[in-house]
Amino acid sequence: MSEAAATTRDNMPHTGMGHALIRRKAFTFDQGIKYFFRINASVAILVILAIVFFLMQQGVPFFFKEPAGKLLGGTWAPYVETNPEFGIWPLFAASLWVVGLSMIISLPLGVCAAMYISEVASDREKSFLKNFIEILASFPSVVLGFFALAVLAPIVKTVFHHRDGMTLLTASIVLAVMALPTITSISEDAIRNVPLSYRRASLALGAGRLATLLRVTLPAAKNGVIAAFMLGIGRVIGETMAVLMVAGGSPVVPTSPLSPGRVMTATIASETGEVSHFSAQYNALFLIGALLFFITLAINLVILRMTSAKEYKE
Amino acid sequence: MKPTAAAEKRRRREMTCFWVLRALTYVVVAFVGVVLLDIVVKGAPRINWAFLTEKPGPDHTTGGIFPAIVGTFYLVAGSIGIALPVGVFTAVYLSEYAKDTWFTRLVRICIVNLAGVPSIVFGLFGAAAFVVYMKFDRSLLAGWLTLAFMILPVVITTSEEALRAVPRGFREGSLAVGATKWQMIRTNVLPYALPGILTGSILSVARVAGETAPIMFTVAAFYTGLPRSIFSQVQALPYYLYTVAINVPNVNAARPTAYGAALVLIVMVFGMNLLAMILRAKLRKKYRW
Repeated sequence: MSEAAATTRDNMPHTGMGHALIRRKAFTFDQGIKYFFRINASVAILVILAIVFFLMQQGVPFFFKEPAGKLLGGTWAPYVETNPEFGIWPLFAASLWVVGLSMIISLPLGVCAAMYISEVASDREKSFLKNFIEILASFPSVVLGFFALAVLAPIVKTVFHHRDGMTLLTASIVLAVMALPTITSISEDAIRNVPLSYRRASLALGAGRLATLLRVTLPAAKNGVIAAFMLGIGRVIGETMAVLMVAGGSPVVPTSPLSPGRVMTATIASETGEVSHFSAQYNALFLIGALLFFITLAINLVILRMTSAKEYKE
Repeated sequence: MKPTAAAEKRRRREMTCFWVLRALTYVVVAFVGVVLLDIVVKGAPRINWAFLTEKPGPDHTTGGIFPAIVGTFYLVAGSIGIALPVGVFTAVYLSEYAKDTWFTRLVRICIVNLAGVPSIVFGLFGAAAFVVYMKFDRSLLAGWLTLAFMILPVVITTSEEALRAVPRGFREGSLAVGATKWQMIRTNVLPYALPGILTGSILSVARVAGETAPIMFTVAAFYTGLPRSIFSQVQALPYYLYTVAINVPNVNAARPTAYGAALVLIVMVFGMNLLAMILRAKLRKKYRW
């Protein structure tokens, strides 16, 4: 490249890559690589945007076909020929039941396991249990759903003299097991991260190990445990296969743990594949998907805020 | 020194409480043990060579699950093939280049949120974006893209962790002898992070193999042979298990087949997880800096 040309280029306004091209070759290449990596990093942002876009693109046409108020109705009967109903409430209520029931089982178990692993277990036991929880986390949900269908449902049927054992309770038991790895590992992290000085101070004042754990360490790890609880909710509300397989049933508002019920995810899973892409029902299913997306989004944002805010003052 | 009666009482109470904690922990272990045992005991009789290499017979009481195994293999290979490069490059950017700018923060927030998106929502997204909008129909390609975006956060997070575990000295040494930043990353960072990246990708492979919801509307078909191109539908193990367990005419007669499929699926998924764990333990011993 002649000197004159180089000078003119240098005088040109610096716009993006042109700026980098006139430098030494290695530098140019390095700059290019950096941009290449940055483009890859933006994929995550693009995917989130694309998810919102496509959920809306398929969901919003609902409002041109049916009155928006129908979404808030108390009946989900989209297959009816005349005047179909698209009330999300029965599905949402079933999701709430399932979340509540599974958290009642999962939270105490998870936090107890976390306390045990972090504060009581020996090193060998600790590594066994942690590996074990990792294995549990990788259990395919369809397999747990199948187990619930084949084994748990008959048990529930006999114990509660239920018609077929396909109840919200059955689903919640499996979901609790699925949420356990999340709850346990995050609470365990939180408990372990409580500074040693807290424990030492408590022990030095004459408190026992148990009192230290329950009155000092656990309260100090409170934020982490709450985050674990919320992530567990996110996991349960988004879980599909297990609920689809055992809670099945008709979309009516559940009244007890032994009611059948159909949660939001299961409704999407069982109906989306079968309806026309141009029906109001198809659009409504995408709106339910959008609702699920925004619920988990909100949960994650709150957790992000909580975990970035907390730091221990030594 | 003899402990006082009060101290002795307190110690007893502590021990009791710790035993309660231990008991609760092992209730969970026992439950999972029961699940595994049930599937192994009821699934094992159905497993033989024909089960692994033949197509399903009518009613799904005879024959095998070969198409489902092949389908799952294709799904795993393709989606990891897409997610791994994008994920690793993102991780390199985050760990080596990124400063604390709005862009970096936004990327991180998006990664965290992407990890929390329910898998069925990925299924809807895949159906709208790839099946309908891009006109891929229900195909391997649509499934690959859907699954790839689903596991992207896992790949990114584990890769970034692996990259950050490489000591600073490795980087400084390389820069000190005159390497450019990219040369430094290529020769002194990536090779040492590779084992960790590998572990992460095995974990996401296991996740892809077990997922059902994202492939229901994007790839999976119940009656299908082996895939012929990237535009064919495939059968996949988890979806096959779901259908055989619920949607075939005679569910009870097909139960042994369902158990067999569940066992094969579990062996695949746990096998991969175990591999990742062993690999990680070995590497931790080997690379101690």
